[in-house]
Amino acid sequence: MGLSPVLWQFLVKWLHSSSLFPTEASGISPYVDALYFFLVAMTVFGTALVAALLLAFSIRYRREKSPVATHVEGSTLLEATWTIIPLAIFLVAFVWGALLYFRIYNPPANAMNIYVVGKQWMWKAEHPGGQHEINALHVPMGQPVQLTMISQDVFHSLSIPDFRIKREVIPGRYSTVWFEATQPGTYHLFCTQYCGTQHSGMVGEVTVLTPEDYEKWLQQSTSGMSLAQNGERLFSSMGCNSCHNGTAAARGPSLAGVYGSKLTLTDGSQILVDDAYLRDTILNPSKHVTAGFAPIMPTYQGQMSEDGLIDLVEFIKNMQSNYRVQQTLVTAESGEAAPTTPPPGTTETGKP
Amino acid sequence: MDNALASTGLTTQPAPDPHPHETAVHAEHEHVALPQHRHHFETEEQQREAGSFGMWLFLVTEIMFFGGMFFAYLLYRNWYYPAFAAASSQLSVPLGGTNTAILITSGFCMALGVWAAEVRRRKMLVVTLILTTLFGLAFLGIKYDEYHEKYELHHIPGNNFNVSQFVNPAAYGIKEEPLAPDMAQKTQIFFFLYFAMTGMHAVHLIIGIGLLFWLTWRAHRGDFSSGYVAPIENFGLYWHFIDIVWLFLFPLLYLINRHPLH
Amino acid sequence: MSAAIGNTIVSLPDQSTAQIPRHNYINNEHGLLSWLLTSDHKRIAILYLISITFFFFIGGAFAGLIRLELLTPQPDLVSSDTYNKFFTMHGIIMIFLFLVPSVPATLGNFLIPIMLGAKDLAFPKINLLSWYLYMIGGTLTLTALVLGGVDTGWTFTTPLSTHYLNTHVITAATAIFVAGFSSIFTGLNFIVTIHRMRCPGMTWFRMPLFVWAHYAASLLMVLGTPVLAIALTLVALERLFGIGVFDPTKGGDPLLFQHLFWFYSHPAVYIMILPGMGVISEVISTFSRKRIFGYTAVAFSSVAIALFGFFVWEHHMFIMGVSSYSALVFSLLTMLVAVPSAIKIFNWTFTLQKGSITFETPMLYAFGFMGLFTIGGLTGIFLGSLGMDIHLTETYFIVAHFHFVMVGGMLMAFLAGIHFWWPKMTGRMYPESLSKLAAVTTFIGFNLTFLPQFILGYLGMPRRYHAYPPEFQVLNVLSTAGATVLGFGYMLPMLYLAWSLKYGAIAGNNPWQATGLEWQIQSPPLMENFIETPVMDHEAYDYEWLANKTRNEVTTVG
Repeated sequence: MGLSPVLWQFLVKWLHSSSLFPTEASGISPYVDALYFFLVAMTVFGTALVAALLLAFSIRYRREKSPVATHVEGSTLLEATWTIIPLAIFLVAFVWGALLYFRIYNPPANAMNIYVVGKQWMWKAEHPGGQHEINALHVPMGQPVQLTMISQDVFHSLSIPDFRIKREVIPGRYSTVWFEATQPGTYHLFCTQYCGTQHSGMVGEVTVLTPEDYEKWLQQSTSGMSLAQNGERLFSSMGCNSCHNGTAAARGPSLAGVYGSKLTLTDGSQILVDDAYLRDTILNPSKHVTAGFAPIMPTYQGQMSEDGLIDLVEFIKNMQSNYRVQQTLVTAESGEAAPTTPPPGTTETGKP
Repeated sequence: MDNALASTGLTTQPAPDPHPHETAVHAEHEHVALPQHRHHFETEEQQREAGSFGMWLFLVTEIMFFGGMFFAYLLYRNWYYPAFAAASSQLSVPLGGTNTAILITSGFCMALGVWAAEVRRRKMLVVTLILTTLFGLAFLGIKYDEYHEKYELHHIPGNNFNVSQFVNPAAYGIKEEPLAPDMAQKTQIFFFLYFAMTGMHAVHLIIGIGLLFWLTWRAHRGDFSSGYVAPIENFGLYWHFIDIVWLFLFPLLYLINRHPLH
Repeated sequence: MSAAIGNTIVSLPDQSTAQIPRHNYINNEHGLLSWLLTSDHKRIAILYLISITFFFFIGGAFAGLIRLELLTPQPDLVSSDTYNKFFTMHGIIMIFLFLVPSVPATLGNFLIPIMLGAKDLAFPKINLLSWYLYMIGGTLTLTALVLGGVDTGWTFTTPLSTHYLNTHVITAATAIFVAGFSSIFTGLNFIVTIHRMRCPGMTWFRMPLFVWAHYAASLLMVLGTPVLAIALTLVALERLFGIGVFDPTKGGDPLLFQHLFWFYSHPAVYIMILPGMGVISEVISTFSRKRIFGYTAVAFSSVAIALFGFFVWEHHMFIMGVSSYSALVFSLLTMLVAVPSAIKIFNWTFTLQKGSITFETPMLYAFGFMGLFTIGGLTGIFLGSLGMDIHLTETYFIVAHFHFVMVGGMLMAFLAGIHFWWPKMTGRMYPESLSKLAAVTTFIGFNLTFLPQFILGYLGMPRRYHAYPPEFQVLNVLSTAGATVLGFGYMLPMLYLAWSLKYGAIAGNNPWQATGLEWQIQSPPLMENFIETPVMDHEAYDYEWLANKTRNEVTTVG
């Protein structure tokens, strides 16, 4: 059978470009692959065992060789064997998998944070320095990176196969995942949760840069304002500063240094302030009222995009003192006509 | 070799009779001749047991069906306790309480009906079934009234849902703590679950009433006056199940969130 | 017949004089209405068989279209919307209209009363109602398809399905709701029948394992399906009225839907596979002429699967931000639920030991099942293992995994069962060599289709992708090639089985020399199965009893 040279070339090119195994491009990859090999070995062994037994019995006890069957009721010993041995192997898989799971989903303390917003059908990454990118993600090599992700509409799922990580991106709550890239290069970024028409178009590229290149990239792509700076602007334009200003007469609790602390709520429960908590209090303030304050804060549900919320969260996270808040307040009060800062009270009555 | 002969299976009886029942001997079963006896059951006792067992299983299915909504209710009650408390206070305990009493009475009538069928009292059975129906209809009437009130207050979830009564209760003459607007929005979830749960309950009740009409007609005809009570018994189980669901719904929706008025 | 028993496998009666029994359930009454209004479990089984075959080929056509589209990395055959509708319809039809009712509603319906020595199921009219509900569900699905399709995926993920799509979600949800009640009623009927309709002497541990498997599956149907029903009702209501129980912007929780949905849909997997396991038990025992090794272990493992099956649903949500500790618990339970399946596999294997094995078509399918189900089951461990699941879930690995279990397992078992009981159902044999060819073709085609998908999955190719990076093409082409072979393998049985209805050799009562009660009556059976209520005086799979009985019959008759 003669194969046309064109077809042959095509086949060679094809086979050359395809692989059986993804690149190991993150710190966790070798560990995931080790578990994978263990499980593959288990599967191959299990299947081969069953197949070998089937084959051996089929040959040895086929009708021609064994015209009459011998009655065997069963064997408790054998039953116990094939209950306990598979169970033991499965438990190894369980423990091994659980250890990995905790490792993949619990970021180290020194991880840098990048926000990711998923929406139909694109990924938007926001670096703390204010760099935005669509369907692309630039990260430095050798540095743990945590992604704090949220969806603006439906469920998405962020997957970077070469890093062996994946996490659902859910509307209404932050989810996180972290990785440490180990090889410069570009890698696929997929949305793996079916999210509507252009699901398969919701793909991007992760570019891993050396730390120096990453610095360069940060310089080039800056938009001039960091997320926290954007957040500060929002903080005053939405009127947050009118209550959360740390003065003695303030109607809301001071937010300086609040991130990472434990708050006591009016119902007596204690809660750790993290990104998710900050976001939720902006949208559902009456769900968590800090002890000693009245539930007067209006909701900002529907008035702020997820990007805006990220800016605010980033601002509050980095807020160490109320000095700048009070400064902006003074400026706002002195120029009362300034339309950007509605006076306290109007935000409440303005709500439907 | 004759297939028909071999077809006799475990027995050695030769004739391949297309109507085996007519020839089969059932000396030990006296009730075989009863018209309601379905011929695929060996005995009427077996038929009765199978019927009630099937009914119980069906009720287990129903429990799982309502269980999904109870689960949702408990989850959101936990999340949005103030909203659930405020919305719950808006429900009328007198109306709900009356309905509970009505439903329990109808359950009592149904139980009497089962007894009447067992002692083969046709008239009494018909009367109790009619009473059960009437109480069921009364329940639906009051439920309709409650729904109607929600409609007027714009408490039906959807685009016309209005939270002003919860944000500003004083304006409506209600002595309640006002809810923050974001929490007040969550009353919509309460009302949705309220309508879904009581609505599903009402659908079951309507189906039950439909069946009651049919059973009353059959009872009137005398179908259940000769010792054949399985349909009445099984329907009784169904009706009591509806009662019991309500006995969970009433405290969950009307009572447990209610805080003392000050 | 007596001479034939010793050395040939299929002891067909002498073909020159053989006849289909004069009276049987097929010719008892005539006319379409006698079928549509029947309450005979055997006729209802046939109605189901015809309708699920119809839906299987529709679902299969969608699978073919999906594979055709994936031949090239570019989205070139159809638009994305159409592709999304393809895999949604493929999923809905195959799961709710084929896999869930496949073995229980056809073979289970036909055989459970006979195996128990009963004349019919406990509630024949409800049984017929089940079929009508199934047909209404099927019709609604086709309506949704004709009106323009649904593109939610069979999982109906909220808030996508509730707020972001304008396709016929409500129609499809209603279809599944109705079809769900069909399976609730089937399950209910089976449980009551098994509890109350066993013939004298038929104790629980004399029941065939087929019945045990159906009992376990029925429990799942009765307890799981209503939860799906309520979840889909809430989705439909949310779409209709715009309320937000599952919508986070209105305070709802989209994960609640996931919990409710998977609370059914994980047990549903066992609803699909358990009856298939029942078939395999019967086939393996019959063709090795030996009682199933460890009967009680196999029986209890079915029940254990049903029990554990209810407590593993969260393993579909490991990456969805559930608490890590609940993930731990569910991962552990997932490992536990895998053990009973392993027990079954080894028990079947050891049934062969010291048997007297022959290799008829059902046995070939059963061997196919054992191999493919082992792979399917073991790859499930990958997904139950938390850290591995992160990388593998939502990729083609999971697609390959559940197709190994559902198609490699359940469909193989279904075909094994159909071939095994075809002589009983129709009274005729199918062409042996052609059917063996079909079994082998299916096995090869299946592996070619789905083995590459495991590799694709580990490479990271996401599922439900209309277009994919070009480096995945080789494996996709292999998969599509395999699907072609597979499709051919599935067409064959339909053709020769239809052919055999008229031209097949007369099968006789017990062509396989099997021990079940169903093989002791004529084929096709009488309207009410037995001439006189049988009395079970021996254990299940008692081949000595069968040999004695045959010897007695020969002496009395001849």
